[in-house]
Amino acid sequence: MLPELALAFTLVGVAAYVVLGGADFGAGFWDLTAGGAERGAPVRAMIKRAMSPVWEANHVWLIFVLVMLWTAFPDAFGSITSTLAIPLFLAALGIVLRGGAFALKGHAATIAEARALGATFAFSSVLVPFFLGTAAGAIAAGEVPVGNAAGDEWGSWTGTTQIFVGLLAVVTGTHLAAVFLGADSRRAGRPDLVAAFRRRALGSGVVAGALAIAGLVVVNSDVPDLYDGLTSGAGLACVIVSALAGLATLALEWSERFEMARYTAAAAVGAIVAGWALAQEPYLLPPDLTVEQAAAPDETLIALVIAAGLGMALLIPALVWLFRLAISGRLAYEDQPRP
Amino acid sequence: MIDGVLGGPVDQEYLLQARQMQAMSFAVHIPLVCFGIAFPAMVVFLEGLWLRTGDPIYKALAKRWSRAMLILFAIGVVTGTILSFEMGLLWPEFMATFGEVFGLAFGIEGFSFFMEAIFIAIYVYGWDRLPPRVHIAVGAPVILAGFTGSFMVIAVNGWMNQPTGFRVENGEVVDVEPLTALFNSNLWHELAHMYLAGFLVAGFVVASVYAYGWLRGRRDRRHRIGLVVALSFAALVAPAQLLVGDWAARTVAERQPVKLAAFEGLEETTKGAPFELPGGIEIPDALSLLAFHDPNATVEGLNTVPEDDQPPTEIVKLSFRTMVAIGSGLAALGVWFIWVWWRHGRLPGTPWFHRALVAAGPLAVVALISGWVTTEVGRQPWVVYEVMRTEDAVTGASGIPVGFAALALVYASLAAIAYVMLRRLGRAPFEVER
Repeated sequence: MLPELALAFTLVGVAAYVVLGGADFGAGFWDLTAGGAERGAPVRAMIKRAMSPVWEANHVWLIFVLVMLWTAFPDAFGSITSTLAIPLFLAALGIVLRGGAFALKGHAATIAEARALGATFAFSSVLVPFFLGTAAGAIAAGEVPVGNAAGDEWGSWTGTTQIFVGLLAVVTGTHLAAVFLGADSRRAGRPDLVAAFRRRALGSGVVAGALAIAGLVVVNSDVPDLYDGLTSGAGLACVIVSALAGLATLALEWSERFEMARYTAAAAVGAIVAGWALAQEPYLLPPDLTVEQAAAPDETLIALVIAAGLGMALLIPALVWLFRLAISGRLAYEDQPRP
Repeated sequence: MIDGVLGGPVDQEYLLQARQMQAMSFAVHIPLVCFGIAFPAMVVFLEGLWLRTGDPIYKALAKRWSRAMLILFAIGVVTGTILSFEMGLLWPEFMATFGEVFGLAFGIEGFSFFMEAIFIAIYVYGWDRLPPRVHIAVGAPVILAGFTGSFMVIAVNGWMNQPTGFRVENGEVVDVEPLTALFNSNLWHELAHMYLAGFLVAGFVVASVYAYGWLRGRRDRRHRIGLVVALSFAALVAPAQLLVGDWAARTVAERQPVKLAAFEGLEETTKGAPFELPGGIEIPDALSLLAFHDPNATVEGLNTVPEDDQPPTEIVKLSFRTMVAIGSGLAALGVWFIWVWWRHGRLPGTPWFHRALVAAGPLAVVALISGWVTTEVGRQPWVVYEVMRTEDAVTGASGIPVGFAALALVYASLAAIAYVMLRRLGRAPFEVER
């Protein structure tokens, strides 16, 4: 019971990071593809305005996941980080480049500087979710054995399933970003941007859905155990929820109900995380290490679960306040270009 | 002694590079942490002056500082992320074996970090959008989170130096008590030392920037206020830091005698041990006096443990002395300022005061890094003091030198760009609302 509770907190963190952090990375993709300096300026300004106050808080979910893992499931953490050192290190470098470039690009003085920082921000925004996705894919594919760098340092994360999960992480992030930014643009009273992000949300939603279906086919031949988990019982329920929520998002975007679309898009992506966890249950690192076996002693889990519960009680109201202020446009430098 | 749950020691050719990579990552991150600890208090203090006096220059300065604070915080966020990853990427055996013992502190730290990130964003982006009293109140959780965050991280470091809250039985960790581990008895002096260091570094670095402007002829009210506010924080803390440092040294003498011997390079156990000044001058009994407040006390030497268990003495000795020398100088500078301010209500008139302040900023950072080198290299060859050796904690993965080089390159460019942007922020037109 305790290990499952600790895992549940960890998965809440994973889902929150995939949705909120993923959307920030997705915004980087739209920044990358917004077009030339002049044509892309309104899209980029909207992204900056939406992301600036929240990206650091969104990023902390990743730290939360790492901390929960190494405290509650230390053997699994050490095995994951040593076998998957390459994709995780590349993701960490990407995080530095993304965050550094985003924080500093507002102070660029020339077009050339803004371009260089903007490109760094945008490229790393695509690479981070991709590499984190391949690492998650490696765990799901059962390529991370218990031990110090006991798995294959390249082969473990470069299989078809892993690459697919990496791509899916990138695409779902872009979809979430487009949905969120569309709603933000509506609130900011910018019909031109609403239309631009609506197009992107619909397009990326279709791509994400197609990729998810293709992914199931790949998983079927590549990792049959995972496929069985995703197509039966609770795993299947999550897949269905995700599909329905994804379709609902497309319908809401089509009929221009952008605020509702935020929640269905988040639910579609969150359900994938839940489905993954349920599909490989009872394993933390399939095919051998179960959640039960990987768990820290009860003393640690009790203290951690209490701390996490109290922490959430403080965190959630604070986060809600931050998002309310940010979404209502009340957090912005006065000298920041307003879209 | 313990081997680790992931299968025991591996053959890692690049252990030294792994340690250096970790050290570099800390050296980049820790100065930023100082700003996370102290800058919010300094900015809120300025905002408080504005609310009390209504003088808009305080508000303008507070706004300016809060933008620099946000840049430094953002870079602290990403460099701190690198550290979290490196814990696992470089030291998986350490994490796998002991994560369950010390991890709770990081769990709580994670929430502090959340609070800091949320409220710093509301604070910095909320100028003129939130009612002034709400706005200044938002600064409180930022300051508090800076304290609880350092509390928790230091708790882990204290634990590594004095591992408690578990037993080793047949090479396995048993009887884990996470709260005992968290509240280890090294926590308190290390926390006080680091928390004060945060104010020392942030205060002197900011004062140093304004002193430089002053020497270059920018002698307006803005420079004077910026200098005095930042310096006041640093000057009040600097003498206190000497006392805390003494407390820390005595605790090390008691609990980690080999580390203390490395501070001084003391080979043999000596009664009434001398303190050696640079140049080979020895002050009799002084080390005993410093370490135990008793000139006749016996100080244990390095050779009380086998050579394999001794830390690298030269680097520890050098960094300890650097820290002590700079710390004493900063305290003297602080006392000079406080004295003149108190007696005459002004800054010392000589340009040498401003020159000393310009040097004090970078020197404070050097002292900070030296202090961490003293305690961390002084802990070697152990990652968990006298329980797990660093070489048994290291990853079996290859490619450490490549990762090290890549990270060094990224950090160098990040530092260069951040420097340019902060300088530009400093030179941007300074507008005071009327």
